[in-house]
Amino acid sequence: MRHLILATGLIATATAAAAQDRPVLTVYTYDSFVSDWGPGPAVEKAFEAECACDLQFVGAGDGAALLSRLRLEGDRTEADIVLGLDTNLTAAARETGLFAPHGITAEFDMPVDWADDTFLPFDWGYFAFITGKDTDAPGDFRALGDSDLSIVIQDPRSSTPGLGLVMWVKSAYGDQAGAIWDGLADNIVTVTPGWSEAYGLFLEGEADMVLSYTTSPAYHLIAEDDAGKMAVQMDEGHYMQVEVAGKLAGSDQPELADQFLAFMLTDAFQSVIPTTNWMYPAKTPADGLPEGFETLIAPDKALLFDPEQARALRDAAIAEWQAALAR
Amino acid sequence: MRRLPNGKRRWRARVTRHAPLPAWPGLLAGLFLCALILGPLAAVTWRAGGGGWPVAADWAALRFTVLQAVLSALISVALAVPVARALARRRFPGRGPLITLLGAPFILPVIVAVLGLLAVFGRGGVLNDLLLWLGLPRVQIYGLHGVVLAHVFFNLPLATRMILQGWQAIPAERFRLAASLGMSPGTVLRVLEWPMLRGVLPGAALIIFALCLSSFAVALTLGGGPRATTLELAIYQAFHFDFDLGRAAVLAVMQLALVVAAAAPALRWGAATGFGAGLDRVQRRWEAETPLLRAQDAALIALVALFLLTPLAAVVWRGLAGVADMPAQVWRAAAVSLGVSLAATVLCLALALALAVLALRRPWIEALGLMGIAVSPLVIGTGLFLIVNPWADPARLALAVTALVNAVMALPFALRMILPRLREVEDSHGRLATSLGMTGAARLRWLILPRLRPVLGFSAGLTAALAMGDLGVIALFADMENATLPLQILRLMGAYRMEQAAGAGLLLLILSLALFWAFDRGGRDNAAV
Repeated sequence: MRHLILATGLIATATAAAAQDRPVLTVYTYDSFVSDWGPGPAVEKAFEAECACDLQFVGAGDGAALLSRLRLEGDRTEADIVLGLDTNLTAAARETGLFAPHGITAEFDMPVDWADDTFLPFDWGYFAFITGKDTDAPGDFRALGDSDLSIVIQDPRSSTPGLGLVMWVKSAYGDQAGAIWDGLADNIVTVTPGWSEAYGLFLEGEADMVLSYTTSPAYHLIAEDDAGKMAVQMDEGHYMQVEVAGKLAGSDQPELADQFLAFMLTDAFQSVIPTTNWMYPAKTPADGLPEGFETLIAPDKALLFDPEQARALRDAAIAEWQAALAR
Repeated sequence: MRRLPNGKRRWRARVTRHAPLPAWPGLLAGLFLCALILGPLAAVTWRAGGGGWPVAADWAALRFTVLQAVLSALISVALAVPVARALARRRFPGRGPLITLLGAPFILPVIVAVLGLLAVFGRGGVLNDLLLWLGLPRVQIYGLHGVVLAHVFFNLPLATRMILQGWQAIPAERFRLAASLGMSPGTVLRVLEWPMLRGVLPGAALIIFALCLSSFAVALTLGGGPRATTLELAIYQAFHFDFDLGRAAVLAVMQLALVVAAAAPALRWGAATGFGAGLDRVQRRWEAETPLLRAQDAALIALVALFLLTPLAAVVWRGLAGVADMPAQVWRAAAVSLGVSLAATVLCLALALALAVLALRRPWIEALGLMGIAVSPLVIGTGLFLIVNPWADPARLALAVTALVNAVMALPFALRMILPRLREVEDSHGRLATSLGMTGAARLRWLILPRLRPVLGFSAGLTAALAMGDLGVIALFADMENATLPLQILRLMGAYRMEQAAGAGLLLLILSLALFWAFDRGGRDNAAV
């Protein structure tokens, strides 16, 4: 036990010593961003080549866990940048008063306008139901509820896509959302705590469809050479997830933080996103999207609540979902 | 103890005054445990500025949590009795490895085990293929029955081992006497086995109940929807979605209260059995050597092996494809997990021994040990984070904290295994040892440790394996360098890499089983277990 603590301490000291001569920029992000197969390693290499600094990622669960951690730490946080919140979380994040305006004006390649002075988007995607190529899938929520297709979804109380679906139905149907959930209730095989469990269940053949992103088939196509999956296009339009980063007001490296936010919108960062995070880059790189992305569906209509609306509607929308599915 | 004749109690009181084993290590361990569990709880409450009141949905979650935990505990224990009895009565080639393998479901990370279960009981699983072939309707696993099925899958092996240990604690001479008196299997059950079971079952059921109370991913995934919301999910929601720390703390206290409420009667009923000393001979069961009973036991063992091993076979099968090209991070994580697991094992055994000695005189101490699995890992993790954060970077302490929490989580199992055996040893040999002036370290070295060796080995194996497979608090603390293997599996799954995740799952299974086998085997050397 003591050896373990000692060893951990020694490793940490050694790392700190090596980086002493360069300023450190600490970026809190979600786990999958920093893994070997995520965007983290490539982004770190590219940014360190131009900043003469040490970029350190700290992974903290998912987006919601990220915000919780920041709130637990409060003013004492080591973070200079937080990367990986989405529009369901930004209202609460702004309210903490921990963030500073980014001061950047940029054009984005997104289907919605963006005018937030605190949070800058770095990627985005559409939620969608994924199914096998041969499935005869209905094109709207009512028809889906009437069909006998089985679906596995995530719990909106513990998962980002799960909450995304609840917001999707709410934005498309408003007061009718409860009725839509009543229709879907018998199609939903089960609700999982997170995206991984749901997607795993779907790949094991436990359901005909799973809630994920329109970009999911691109993973199977590009990484696995498997063209057998497709996203179902819905007539109501598709709800979006926009992932953002923000600068901490208490950062001890404000210039570096600004430099990172600007770097985030350059090709060096944005071109890494599609095949590591499997989302659309907020600003399409000059070389365009990787081959295979052109096969993905392009929804006619993008749905997205602004952060304040999202926060105001969230609890009631989840309660509707819960009431219908608990029956 | 209350049931023992008066003379014996007076005698015990006199022995106690001599204090053959010191109480202070147990007191220290108890204080440490309280600080480790109640400290974080207090830190979370303090940070929240007081408790929050549970909302209506939390009470529904409480009801479901208790319902599934009670069902899971009762069914696991009820099924484990005939299985343990069959294993206790029979000797056959491969019995040892089979008993080790049967423990495997308990140590798998939840999601790996669930996917294994689905390969058998799921929509496209073996069972439904079989039913289809027979022209019967499909079965649906999602619902309360699915949750209970999974919990029985996880906990039946544990219950079986705890009860088997009880059987083996009956001195072989008793069975020999029973045979010479011509007792029928029914009479042996009534005279020898039932008193043992009455002592062992409440404790076994209590542990499984406590374990199932904090179920989260299994309950939700297999429960089929928000009906299957447990307290642990409500805690998760309070933390991450509502950032309502006060409510999270109150929910954690509710979990704790449930375990304490269940522990009180269980520990009272689970009295000492008082079989007295034996000569440690190998048990032989003359009364059970009829062809019918032999066939019955064989069928039982085959059935339970089929139930537990088919999903495991699915885990192995799914993992084989991915095990070839796992990223380097997986191997690093495996090494980290091994280190954490060994540290947790040493700590857990030390705590368990110290507490067990104290519990000889104060049986309620065992309830203290149960708190470790009763309190939400999320609350402990967050509380420790709050406590550590002002002083040090929590990521630096991630591994130490993980080892610590795992040691505490495995403590109830170790205590449950060690305490009854220690009581037997003290009851049978304590007086002689005391009259020889054998106290303190000498008593531990020459009397207690050799006799506890099998249970110590089993407890060490279980702790090591549990610590390998636990996700627990690491997720909150870890940074990239010191992720454990279960965390790495989750991360692989979160990046579409299901095949590599399955490979890493197989690696975890192999490592955990190897650790478990090595410790358990080490403990059983020279013993007839």
